[in-house]
Amino acid sequence: MEEERSFSDICGGRLSLQCRYYSPSCREFCLSSPRLSFRSLTAVTCTVWLAAYGLFTLCENSMILSAAIFITLLGLLGYLHFVKIDQETLLIIDSLGIQMTSSYASGKESTTFIEMGKVKDVVINEAIYMKVIYYLCILLKDPVEPLGISEVVPVFQSAKPRLDCLIEVYRSCQEILAHQKDTSTSP
Amino acid sequence: MLLKAFFPTCCSSVDSGLLVGRWVPEQSSAVVLAVLHFPFIPAQVKELLVQVQRASRVDVAVLGTWCHSQQEPEEPLGHFLEGLGTIFPHDPWLQLCRERGSNSWSCKVSCQQAPAALGVPCEDQVMLIFYDQRKVLLSRLHPSAVLPDHQAGDAPASTRGLAAVFDTVARSKELFRSNQFNEGPVRLSHWQSEGVEASILVELAKWASGPVCLLLACLLSLVSAASTCRVFKLWPLSFIGSKLSTCEQLRHRLEHLTFVFSTQKAESPAQLMRKANMLVSVLLDVALGLSLLSWLHRKNRIGQLADALVPVADRAPPVSLQHVAEELQHLLQWLMGAPAGLKMNRALDQVLGRFFLYHIHLWISYIHLMSPFIECILWHVGLSACLGLTVALSILSDIIALLTFHIYCFYVYGARLYCLKIYGLSSLWRLFRGKKWNVLRQRVDSCSYDLDQLFIGTLLFTILLFLLPTTALYYLVFTLLRLLVITVQGLIHLLVELINSLPLYSLGLRLCRPYRLAAGVKFCILKHEAGRPLRLLMQINPLPYTRVVHTYRLPSCGCHPKHSWGSLCRKLFFGELIYPWRQRGDKQD
Repeated sequence: MEEERSFSDICGGRLSLQCRYYSPSCREFCLSSPRLSFRSLTAVTCTVWLAAYGLFTLCENSMILSAAIFITLLGLLGYLHFVKIDQETLLIIDSLGIQMTSSYASGKESTTFIEMGKVKDVVINEAIYMKVIYYLCILLKDPVEPLGISEVVPVFQSAKPRLDCLIEVYRSCQEILAHQKDTSTSP
Repeated sequence: MLLKAFFPTCCSSVDSGLLVGRWVPEQSSAVVLAVLHFPFIPAQVKELLVQVQRASRVDVAVLGTWCHSQQEPEEPLGHFLEGLGTIFPHDPWLQLCRERGSNSWSCKVSCQQAPAALGVPCEDQVMLIFYDQRKVLLSRLHPSAVLPDHQAGDAPASTRGLAAVFDTVARSKELFRSNQFNEGPVRLSHWQSEGVEASILVELAKWASGPVCLLLACLLSLVSAASTCRVFKLWPLSFIGSKLSTCEQLRHRLEHLTFVFSTQKAESPAQLMRKANMLVSVLLDVALGLSLLSWLHRKNRIGQLADALVPVADRAPPVSLQHVAEELQHLLQWLMGAPAGLKMNRALDQVLGRFFLYHIHLWISYIHLMSPFIECILWHVGLSACLGLTVALSILSDIIALLTFHIYCFYVYGARLYCLKIYGLSSLWRLFRGKKWNVLRQRVDSCSYDLDQLFIGTLLFTILLFLLPTTALYYLVFTLLRLLVITVQGLIHLLVELINSLPLYSLGLRLCRPYRLAAGVKFCILKHEAGRPLRLLMQINPLPYTRVVHTYRLPSCGCHPKHSWGSLCRKLFFGELIYPWRQRGDKQD
């Protein structure tokens, strides 16, 4: 079952959330950010090339122009491969674990999988970052202390959705976690 | 809990049979290792399972049945398959089924125990997870805490999380020995059922490595015995040996080679990786050294280098030792005049300047003495590059240290003079204020001085104070020169450290066979139809490059600068001598 809704992030940009319910024990949430806009790309390229042309008229060295082209290309490739995250996915599978995938604009995907045995809970935290923002995070169990928390793993860090979107995801996750706790054989 | 069935992808299209694997009750997961085909004799199957259990310490058992047929199995076959559950009692009993030619799977679980223990078994309660058996067998999980060490053979297989799956597959090599070309009593299907894969070169290398290691280990033990003989423990040689970085580097490399060619087998995969890394590092070192050697000998570059260092005829090349010495002389003449407009104390200035100029004069005569031999020395030193680029770089660093020995001497003289002056000044300043340093109590106490003590003390204080700018300037100039030399040497050492400690084999493995070094797993959901069990594909998430370098770094020489910037500045201000790196075994300051 698939559902697509549209939300906004903390800066006001548009986000689109796709929820897929594969089975009562497996759900996937896919948050897509808007792609790289043509306008910003042309603006940056024009500024860099104008600056390079200005330097060229001062120095009369054509190496500056080729260097500017080179830098623009490398910068764009680096930005697409290492910085621009197009889609963030959260896959939660009952009794297996939680998987977070970030897909970059160049197609690179970076995945982290947390086993269900390590997950203590999924919560929405408040943070103060020039204003109050909310973020969803996964709390991991501490192997030494049974009631303690060893790590807090934030989810959807680059998309930064608002509270309404987070509540949707939170509710679904809590359903699965509750189901998992009910049927879990270990205490 | 949801029941997870881990199924190898290589068995998706084999004929019907029994599922053989391990059941992990803590995770409620069944790890299928192989499929046993009909016809079989139950007694022989049980015998094989007992044999495998004993050899690998993994509880291998028959987990259920696998059916790969044209359509849904008819009733008689269905009953037959269920009946097998009585011959091989296992709880829960899995029944996997796949339609030939399509991708529709079905899975049924039945258990004799009370249903409450596992929840009501129905379609939604089983998950099929496919895994690539060969990749899971060869990979090693790297948990974030500690470098994994293969568990000792006596310990039972782990049951924690996904490490259980990796462990089970890795330990079941015994089960994968028999393939369909063997004339055994049972026919198994697994990743090696098409025949055991091996490379002739690898097998030959394994056969040859035994005697080669023995021979090299003997040679290396001879070399290390020679190097620890009594002659080298006598005072001049041991002192020189501890100061030269070349000896340290050679010792380091000798240790590496002894470890690599030792006749003991590697105890753990971590040790094997370390051996491989060391071997590749040594080979790369030697290769780079040989290429440097060939470059030097082409076009008589050594001759050109020798000419550049020492002028033979009346030419004046841009860089030469004599030129450097002459520049130093000019610098001292400048200091003896009015450097940067500061007014120096003439008498002290002249004394210090003449003292240092005499040293430079000695140095220039020394260079003239050495000039006929430079080319020969350089050629022999160049030969040492075949031991490795690191050795050549260490020799370069030592040569720089030797050639700038006069700068080092000047720095020591200047620093000692300045240090004495500062201590004298601070002590007399205390006297000026009527205080004294109490050595017993390690603090400053007030003290009543006699008049003549005060008079002499104040006089000396004034003299020292007015002579301070001159000494300070000489100290500053020579310290800067010394720091420049230290920076150059430090850069060379950094390069040597890089070559020594970079784990090239691990990086190469991460590049070419990323599944061998696993940081974790990732799941991908396959096409899902309603009413069918959920199917996932488990893939290996490789370790990022930075973690590979961090985990498999080779231990370095240990010659690191031990000062922080703060203590360095403090030492410079008070004129204490700085030793930028301590060799291993030296006591701390």
